[in-house]
Amino acid sequence: MWQRVFHLMLKEFLALLKDPASRAVLVLPPIVQTIIFGYAATLDLSHIRYGVYVEDRAAPARELLARFAGSPTFTGRVRLDSLEQGRALIDRGELLLVVHIGPRFSAQLLRHRPASVQVIVDGRNSNTAVIAQGYVREIVNRFNARWIAEHPGWQPPLAHLVIRAWFNPNLESRWFIIPGIIGLLLQVVAMLVAGLSIARERESGTFDQLLVTPVRPLEILLGKALPGFLVGLAEGTLIVLIAVLWFQVPLVGQLTVLYAGMALFLFATIGVGLAISALALTMQQGLLGAFLFMVPSVLLSGFATPIANMPVIVQYLTLLNPLRYFMEILRGVFLEDASLPLLMSQFWPLLVIGLANLAMAGWLFRHRLH
Amino acid sequence: MTSAKAQPILEAREVTRTFRSGHRCITALAAVNLVILHEGVAGLIGPDGAGKTTFMRLAAGLLRPDSGEIRIQGLSTRDQALAIQSRIGYMPQRFGLYTDLTVRENLDLYADLQGVAPANRSARYDALMQMTGLEAFQHRLAGKLSGGMKQKLGLACTLIQPKELLLLDEPTVGVDPVSRRELWQIIDRLVEEDRVAVLLSTAYMDEAERCRYVYVLNNGCVLSHGEPQTLCSRMQGRGYAASAPGMHRRALQGHLVRAPGVLDAVIEREWLRVVTEPALTPERLKERAGVPSLELNPLPARFEDAFIAEFRAVGARWRTTVSGWAPPQQADGGPETVIQVNALGRRFGDFHAVRDLSFEVHRGEIFGLLGANGAGKSTTFRMLCGLLPPSSGELSVAGVDLRRASAAARARIGYVSQSFALYGQLTVTQNLRFFANVYNLRRDRRRERVEWALDGFELRALANVDADDLSLGFKQRLALATALLHQPEILFLDEPTSGVDPLARREFWELINALAECGVTVLVTTHFMEEADYCDRLVIMAGGRLLALGTPESIKQQVADGHSALPSMEEAFIALVESPQRELR
Amino acid sequence: MIKTSAPWQVNRMRRLRGLLRKELLQIVRDPSSIAIAFVMPMVLLLLFGYGVSLNARNVPVALVIDQPSGVTADFASRFRYSEYLSVVQLPNMRAAKRALRAHQVDAVIHLRARFATEMQAGRSAPIQVLLNGVDANTARIVRGYIEGSLSGWLQQRAARQGQQAASPVMLASRIWFNPNVRSRNYLVPGLIAVIMTLIGAMLTALVVAREWERGTMEALMVTPITIGEVLLGKLLPYFLLGMGGMALSVAMALWLFDVPLRGSVWVLLTVSAVFMLAALGMGLLISVSSRSQFVAGQAAIVSTFLPAFLLSGFIFDIHSMTGPIRLLTYIVPARYFISFLQTSFLAGDVWPVILVDVSALAIMAAILLGITLRCSRKRLD
Repeated sequence: MWQRVFHLMLKEFLALLKDPASRAVLVLPPIVQTIIFGYAATLDLSHIRYGVYVEDRAAPARELLARFAGSPTFTGRVRLDSLEQGRALIDRGELLLVVHIGPRFSAQLLRHRPASVQVIVDGRNSNTAVIAQGYVREIVNRFNARWIAEHPGWQPPLAHLVIRAWFNPNLESRWFIIPGIIGLLLQVVAMLVAGLSIARERESGTFDQLLVTPVRPLEILLGKALPGFLVGLAEGTLIVLIAVLWFQVPLVGQLTVLYAGMALFLFATIGVGLAISALALTMQQGLLGAFLFMVPSVLLSGFATPIANMPVIVQYLTLLNPLRYFMEILRGVFLEDASLPLLMSQFWPLLVIGLANLAMAGWLFRHRLH
Repeated sequence: MTSAKAQPILEAREVTRTFRSGHRCITALAAVNLVILHEGVAGLIGPDGAGKTTFMRLAAGLLRPDSGEIRIQGLSTRDQALAIQSRIGYMPQRFGLYTDLTVRENLDLYADLQGVAPANRSARYDALMQMTGLEAFQHRLAGKLSGGMKQKLGLACTLIQPKELLLLDEPTVGVDPVSRRELWQIIDRLVEEDRVAVLLSTAYMDEAERCRYVYVLNNGCVLSHGEPQTLCSRMQGRGYAASAPGMHRRALQGHLVRAPGVLDAVIEREWLRVVTEPALTPERLKERAGVPSLELNPLPARFEDAFIAEFRAVGARWRTTVSGWAPPQQADGGPETVIQVNALGRRFGDFHAVRDLSFEVHRGEIFGLLGANGAGKSTTFRMLCGLLPPSSGELSVAGVDLRRASAAARARIGYVSQSFALYGQLTVTQNLRFFANVYNLRRDRRRERVEWALDGFELRALANVDADDLSLGFKQRLALATALLHQPEILFLDEPTSGVDPLARREFWELINALAECGVTVLVTTHFMEEADYCDRLVIMAGGRLLALGTPESIKQQVADGHSALPSMEEAFIALVESPQRELR
Repeated sequence: MIKTSAPWQVNRMRRLRGLLRKELLQIVRDPSSIAIAFVMPMVLLLLFGYGVSLNARNVPVALVIDQPSGVTADFASRFRYSEYLSVVQLPNMRAAKRALRAHQVDAVIHLRARFATEMQAGRSAPIQVLLNGVDANTARIVRGYIEGSLSGWLQQRAARQGQQAASPVMLASRIWFNPNVRSRNYLVPGLIAVIMTLIGAMLTALVVAREWERGTMEALMVTPITIGEVLLGKLLPYFLLGMGGMALSVAMALWLFDVPLRGSVWVLLTVSAVFMLAALGMGLLISVSSRSQFVAGQAAIVSTFLPAFLLSGFIFDIHSMTGPIRLLTYIVPARYFISFLQTSFLAGDVWPVILVDVSALAIMAAILLGITLRCSRKRLD
């Protein structure tokens, strides 16, 4: 049996690696996508264009503005002559926010009265708006703390927060996104390599040919699943290397746990891919099926938006999604040094999903015939 | 219509065209010269891959020649393609009917595209519908038509605007004999009534004889051209009907094909058609064949003889030995039943693809499943191989239902599918090794069988070529080789010869005959009626039902009513199909 | 024999009409294009509209109080009152850290033993907060919630004691266009652009490839039709279909997801039409270069869907991308359309934005369609 499985696998690899184009398809897109994703897919703001409308020339106002100028995130400053001008520029999308310091700002401060600063944020992308608002608040808070320390007479607040962020002290969203990309791309590769291969054989008639040989369905299943599995592992390694070496994402957990998770995830995804492709009669149906699975699977995986924010029903739906568990494993291992027992609750659902789908694919081999 | 036809309707001069396929450069046409001067049908005859379709596309202005020129009524296809396209009718091999449009809507579309004025339409439609016999189906979706009806509709769409030149690319391929005959009747009527010129390509030799002038194409070169009668006349006196009392046709064929000076020996009806080299007298032939009881009767020459004679001169032949074939376990006395089919039926939704089919096949028999496209052959075939569960009835192959059979049972059968299922990205050797492994051949045995396949099927020169880059003939050889690696007892062949040139078909049948002689049971489907004569027994199917069952002779006799001379299998088939009410069997 | 004069124009119209009728009949009879044009937008919009949200609510937070007192109880009750936080009180930091590690809570708030005394002494008492920083975005949002609750509590306390808890600079910020920062309000318009890209490019790429695969294109090619007519015959029906899908998506946005439309419908319609042309141009260009549905489908996904998703400002802010990648976004049509849609839905008819976006889209449509026309020939090679 293993000899036949080995040769089925060998054939699959020969077909996969023979053609320079398909070889390139396996290697290039993951690298390019990892890099583009890594740079493009970040929710951190870096180049905030902002306008300042200052009606106060005194030192405290200048000091506050200097804090904006000194921040690496606030880069494009535009001096405004009126609030109207600021509004127009926000409308046009040229400024993300406008800081307005009124004429009595410094006077108020020096008289130990709270002075207000008005900030207007473009809310068309509300997420960006909230983040930008947070940055502004941070600057103002630091200004306040300093002011209180230097100017007696100001009462410090009765309590203040001392915040520490575990696992990602500087709250870099790239550290969050890039491990997620590993899951995303592995899913695509596993679905395409394993998933489409049966549909392709069906279309070229070789699948029937295989079914009339002494090969058993289980052997076909293994012969189809293993190449995808091995290619997936290799590609996963490549992307992990890019993440660690290029993007400097820390990998604090154990590699064994990471690879155990990767193997289980590939197992589950290949199971889904094979089931879809056993169901599909043509390559096109296979491709469409894979696409219809992948889009919701990415959306409902917690890759970009937290699962906790979804409606409860949708949250239950995500329990069927292998990518959801793998995302947890990836981020757990990369950033949190999650141990094997801690991740057990993510491991076994993957195993169940994989087994169920492979069983279904094996059954469909002989029962889904045209 | 001008009277003085000084200008040829179509003229091709030194036309060359190459294609790139992967790393290889394939010459589809090499310096082809071709002229059509008159109306009537000009035939472009050649096996698959000879360059027929490429020439048609060049003539229609869909491709540009690498060098040389094609002119149609003086217009060059290079830069006046649009002007040419409004003057010619072109029917591609797979005519692009919109399957989700009705017959009428397809006609409307092409009428619009060809600029037929609305006022003239109804008369034209009526004429075309009447000509093609599609009146009753005008509101049926084109996708729901039979293969023959689709071709007729395609022809109707091509004819929607009267043209002076029609290019028809293999209009009869894959069409049942009845529809084929009807298509030719339409073409003949067009020539007669509208005086159009037709360039028609075909791989069927018998169609050449219906042409006014033919060009024989092979490997992108014009091998010969002329009026078919002239080409045939060269073969006059060289064809015989050979038979030897008491000797099986297959055994006799085995003797004759090996006799020096014999160009061709094929089973035809009840005899063997033998074509000899010019110098060979009947007496010498008897001597050389080594069959004392051989009887030879002269036969009139036909076009296929000329074709084969031409090709024998250029083509290499392959001859596979079946020596060392594992002798089957011969049961004592009486024919052993290997395949048993009982009241088999298969439904797809409310469509009965096969209904109430019963037959049995004995060991060492060549058993044929004949029928037009859509007759239910392939469905039956797939059920026998265990690829499709039957809706009703029972079947057994070698005592088991292959659908549920153990792996060991499947190791006893060989299977060649219609599409020559090969791994396109793998080389010839890799394909052979893969299938050898799948069939559990190990080490020395594997090496030995792969070597046998490479030598016996003349594949050694192509050992490292990807299967995708092989010509159709070689694909067929390779597919057959992969199915024979493990020396199966039962061989399933689904349309193994469709699209393959006559020479390759002969060699294929020689091998099948030899295998049958060794006791291998062969089940074969085909829509080539003349191949029925190779079968020991056969079933004729139409519309999913069994039309006739028996030896070729007995089936012909059913039709001939016992009086007149036996008809050909094609004539018998048409008679059977056209009289469904007749009490058969 | 050669007569090509007056009827030429008539024939051209007739050919075009024939092609259009054929295409419409096919669309009506083939459920798959209807599915791509209408069902897919609905499914995607529902998925996104309901499934994807950046607005966290009821974030689980652990509260550890080393030494309970009246002050800490007051503090705890204020935090429990927050609609954004869901506070669980845990006995000690070990349990809290374990909960944080096991993702049972997203943050830990720790009031140390001396908290109450320090507060009474008027020395600003430190409150330790541990965040799970893995998801930086969520962590920042949680931090904001905790800060908000704390300052609310401080003000409440000060007010009770008749004082004013004031910091030197008070921030008065306003978020325009989307004051409640509903993420749906910006996700849904952005999604419409992604969906339209998919319909326009993928649908056309697939249907043209299908004609090649089924051999119908070869039969069309030898009729007196010109290549421009073939392209126009494809463009028009799918333009209408795409606009139909667009209308459906807009209707869903307005009435199902309650996204406001502050700009004019006519401007929305016009700019969408221009964008549709660009998307169709992309699809036709893909179909000119590949003749199998498989390749065309993949090319459409890679060259239109992914960029529309990633490089368009749909979710990720373009200005925060690094230089070369930011440059790349300038050739993504969806970038302009998303900018327009977000403006049109949330801000209104801001002409400077609309003019820039619409002219960029028009130029792209012209270039794409122009290249397509140049590249396609009435030949098979």
